[in-house]
Amino acid sequence: MRHLLSPLDFSVEELDTLLNLATDIEHNPEKYKDICKGKKLATLFYEPSTRTRLSFEAAMLNLGGNVLGFSSADSSSASKGESVSDTIRIISCYADICAMRHPKEGAPLVAASRSSIPVINAGDGGHQHPTQTLTDLMTIKSLKGRLDHLVIGLCGDLKFGRTVHSLINALVRYPGIKFVLISPKELRIPDYIRQDVLDANGVEYQEVEHLEDVLGSLEILYMTRVQRERFFNEEEYIRLKDSYILNSEKMAYANKDMLVLHPLPRVNEISVEVDDDDRAAYFKQVQYGVYVRMALILTLLDISAD
Amino acid sequence: MLNVGSLNEGIVLDHIKAGKAMSIYKYLGLDKLDCQVAIIKNARSEKMGRKDIIKIEGSIDLVDLDILGFIDHDITVNIIQNGKICEKEKLTLPNTIRNVIVCKNPRCITSIEQELDQIFVLSDKEKEIYRCKYCEEKYTAGL
Repeated sequence: MRHLLSPLDFSVEELDTLLNLATDIEHNPEKYKDICKGKKLATLFYEPSTRTRLSFEAAMLNLGGNVLGFSSADSSSASKGESVSDTIRIISCYADICAMRHPKEGAPLVAASRSSIPVINAGDGGHQHPTQTLTDLMTIKSLKGRLDHLVIGLCGDLKFGRTVHSLINALVRYPGIKFVLISPKELRIPDYIRQDVLDANGVEYQEVEHLEDVLGSLEILYMTRVQRERFFNEEEYIRLKDSYILNSEKMAYANKDMLVLHPLPRVNEISVEVDDDDRAAYFKQVQYGVYVRMALILTLLDISAD
Repeated sequence: MLNVGSLNEGIVLDHIKAGKAMSIYKYLGLDKLDCQVAIIKNARSEKMGRKDIIKIEGSIDLVDLDILGFIDHDITVNIIQNGKICEKEKLTLPNTIRNVIVCKNPRCITSIEQELDQIFVLSDKEKEIYRCKYCEEKYTAGL
């Protein structure tokens, strides 16, 4: 039995197979609509995350399966002090697979070690969020046709943004990747990513402060939110905040086939006027997230359409 | 030089960094042993200037070499039989350590579920870096 706890749990070959399955699901939904009939997905959400939970539930429903679960720790037995180990043993009797979101890092690993059903990490604190990474990879592969030889700009909060760290970890396994890291100096990529991941894999990258300076060189721009509370002083925030807001004016500097991705929810870092731009891919990304979660459920349940 | 009675059968932990003997005594659980244990602090050493030494009467099984390797793999472990050094154990960094140190990350699952073992896995042998098995928080070997 397999679980998905980290984006690196799948090898590049396994990822390829998974993404190909997701693409087949996208193009042939009829083939998969009853494939999980009689199967149940438990969504164990110890903290609210509407999008991720609904994406998992939509994925299972699209496969003809059923869903059960809870959407906050208050409405689960965790509020009575039940441990993750005990909860998962009980859920294993009710469902065939589960997706867990937990504020504490490593909770899904604890669950997986006690579980008799596959466990999917749907986000554990600031640690991992592997299905977001799968979503990002599927979006890039579907819209660019490849995951190698790309110039990828990562913009915003690169210090605390776990989606960015996971995406870097996943993409360094492909040849010809170049990263352009765009952030205020306070929110630069942490040393352990720079040294242990980028330098260790000999990946080309540059670090810049201003988005405008590099927009023209990017094939993908992955936006994240810069939060005011992350800055050491208000002055710096005011000086830099506009640099990390993508609007039509800035999009004019970008390549005509550059893609804009965002893990969502966005606040104001992408102006709504950009939504109508053909290069805005963040809502398509949400749809790809459902396909890739469908493929993941089938893979972990070892169910095949053929 | 202070004289401490020599061992007939036992273990001598030599070349302990000066001042670290009491921590090692605690981490190895030597306080729970019934046998004789001698701690020598600030012994003169040509190599180190000053060093600590621990002498334990009994078998090598009394000492967890993994814990010792994690604390300081430069410690010399001499096994004494019939009053003489018969073997020197080479210490290495263990691949995992269990319930030796505690994860300090307040966001780690171990911070709220105390029945979980505290497990750390060696992630970089060269830099002597361990990571919490659950949250991957980084720790450097040693105390």
